[in-house]
Amino acid sequence: MTTQAKNLERFVGGEYPHGFVTELATDSLPPGLSESVIRQISAKKNEPEFMLQWRLQAYRHWLTLDVPTWSKVHYPPINYDDIIYYSAPKSASSGPQSLDDVAPEILQTYEKLGIPLHERAQLAGVAVDAVFDSVSVATTFKEKLADVGVIFCSFSEAVQKHPELVQQYLGSVVPFTDNFYAALNAAVFSDGSFCYVPKGTRCPMELSTYFRINSLNTGQFERTLIIVEDNSYVSYLEGCTAPMRDEHQLHAAVVELIALNNAEIKYATVQNWYPGDKEGKGGIYNFVTKRGLCQGNYSKISWTQVETGSAITWKYPSVILKGDNSIGEFYSVALTNNYQQADTGTKMTHIGKNTTSTIISKGISAGHGSNAYRGLVSVGQNASNAKNYSQCDSLLLGAHCSAHTFPYIEVRHPSAKIEHEATTSKISDEQLFYCLQRGITAENAVSMIINGFCKDIFRKLPMEFAVEAQALMEVSLEGCTG
Amino acid sequence: MLKVNNLHVEIQGNEILNGLCLSVGAGEVHAIMGPNGSGKSTLANVLAGHEDYQVTAGEVLFNGSNLLELSISERACEGIFLALQYPVEIPGVSNVQFLKTALNSQRKYHQLNELDAMDFLQWLKTKVQQVGMEEQLLYRSVNEGFSGGEKKRNEILQMLVLEPKLAILDETDSGLDIDALKLVAKGVNAFRHVNTPKQQRAIILVTHYQRLLNYIKPNFVHVLLNGRIVQSGGPELALELEENGYASFVDKAS
Repeated sequence: MTTQAKNLERFVGGEYPHGFVTELATDSLPPGLSESVIRQISAKKNEPEFMLQWRLQAYRHWLTLDVPTWSKVHYPPINYDDIIYYSAPKSASSGPQSLDDVAPEILQTYEKLGIPLHERAQLAGVAVDAVFDSVSVATTFKEKLADVGVIFCSFSEAVQKHPELVQQYLGSVVPFTDNFYAALNAAVFSDGSFCYVPKGTRCPMELSTYFRINSLNTGQFERTLIIVEDNSYVSYLEGCTAPMRDEHQLHAAVVELIALNNAEIKYATVQNWYPGDKEGKGGIYNFVTKRGLCQGNYSKISWTQVETGSAITWKYPSVILKGDNSIGEFYSVALTNNYQQADTGTKMTHIGKNTTSTIISKGISAGHGSNAYRGLVSVGQNASNAKNYSQCDSLLLGAHCSAHTFPYIEVRHPSAKIEHEATTSKISDEQLFYCLQRGITAENAVSMIINGFCKDIFRKLPMEFAVEAQALMEVSLEGCTG
Repeated sequence: MLKVNNLHVEIQGNEILNGLCLSVGAGEVHAIMGPNGSGKSTLANVLAGHEDYQVTAGEVLFNGSNLLELSISERACEGIFLALQYPVEIPGVSNVQFLKTALNSQRKYHQLNELDAMDFLQWLKTKVQQVGMEEQLLYRSVNEGFSGGEKKRNEILQMLVLEPKLAILDETDSGLDIDALKLVAKGVNAFRHVNTPKQQRAIILVTHYQRLLNYIKPNFVHVLLNGRIVQSGGPELALELEENGYASFVDKAS
């Protein structure tokens, strides 16, 4: 191996900066899963009967399912009876409160993570719903949003205050029968974010959910539901971190988006769950089902994700293009380092006429990381003039990582236009030499080349988060060259 | 400025340079000529610190200090610039960003303030004119989709921006048509003639052909054969080589 290649190896061994634990008294259920646990979760949340029945149906269905094995990720079987399904900071267990009631330790936690919640330091122009283990602890800018009719609150609060909306849309895009993890989530989910944008409203600020797993052996199962009515628009961001622990922790979330006529939803994720240590010990198992429904004509849903964390990422943010002239987009950067595994991609299901989808996926593998793109573009028999463009690029750093691409295409209408491009490349010694010879340090050279590789995706993120994503890539790959 | 003594260099166990000596003074232009495989590119790369080449003996002094102890980027920051024979493409990184990152890295090394985007861009545009490059190439990815001539001119632009003390041009003339060659020469001459006493610049031209030397007049011409310099002289030596080839030097080398 040349010295330059060794530099790369060293460069990709960074430390996880969000790995601290917050000491808090918690209100937790004992580990294990049963109908009784589900009843207790529902009772703790004081849910209406329809919620409990839906959870129980989901649980009974889940019992009939097997763990999916088709993806390219490997891990020992999970014992679902070892997991704690509900854990809430004591102070927050009675539901969302005003910021004054949030425990100072929790406020400090978010501050340390760069997400200040208290009024004077709140991120300008971004409303944040902060989810800590199983519950939402605070939502900022709620009143300001309410002025224009936008509902943005924790899922628990939505169940209490807007049960009709929850009942109408919950499970309408991702039914609990969808897959193993979606069924599990439906049975035990404890909180999440809810957003409703009424007709003709452009949501005046970015909405954001910040997920934090803190407690040991706790699974996080949250649900996000976003409904955007006719001629409305929302841009939504999601961020995630967790402490460094030797044990694996499970995160199985569901996100459902619904866009009605001429509505637009932009959903961006900067995922930075703890990825495990250099030997692959610990880290989050991230098994997430995200799907958007372009229900109305001329509606548009776009997913942008920057995935740098998790021991395992299993996630396919998808769009069902049901409305005529609807548009679905998927822009992704997935980085795997050390022993991380990612199997991620998207499904674009073209049903309406004149529907268009775009997929741009950038996979970066370093260390012993394994990175797979898995995608399905399907064009139904009535979907005339469907168009898709897919581009999947992989970048390999070092000699022990791998990249895989599994694009599936199913076309049932002769007018469909489908394009697919794929490349695999590595940072060559010659590129590094060139940068070094111009006086650029090896670290800066690698991060410059990687940022160049990801540029098309970072451009899709809102400004502040593009900067954050860029910094995150640097931290995730840090470790440093000499 | 540069003193190379008895330099021996191997690549994968094969000796390419054996006992090369060369001395380059401030303000001088040296042309190194020689047939394929004589070690010209090896010399250029080894001075820049390329890690495929192992120095097995000899020393290289640059402004009095041991060059071989420095890393690639330290050598660059100390003022060594290598215009590559085959410039590398860096997708997604714009030419402007690359140049700015490079210049600011070097400024940081010398504990100077980094230039901000506006100041940098204005100054960059004057340099772009000197090599007759289209401004739009600044916003394209480094060398990606550039023609052969554009790539070589881009190397010269980088040299003008970074203002090294010693520029080594490795076959910058190869593959250029006559118009492109003139533009490259114009850029090199612009670089060469900013010779304030404090900032005297030296150039090593590695080339196959005498043609380039019509436009950039060297002070010295060296013939490199089998890993060492077998003959040195003035510009007339290049003309002689053009006439008679390297055959007459082969005996001297063996």
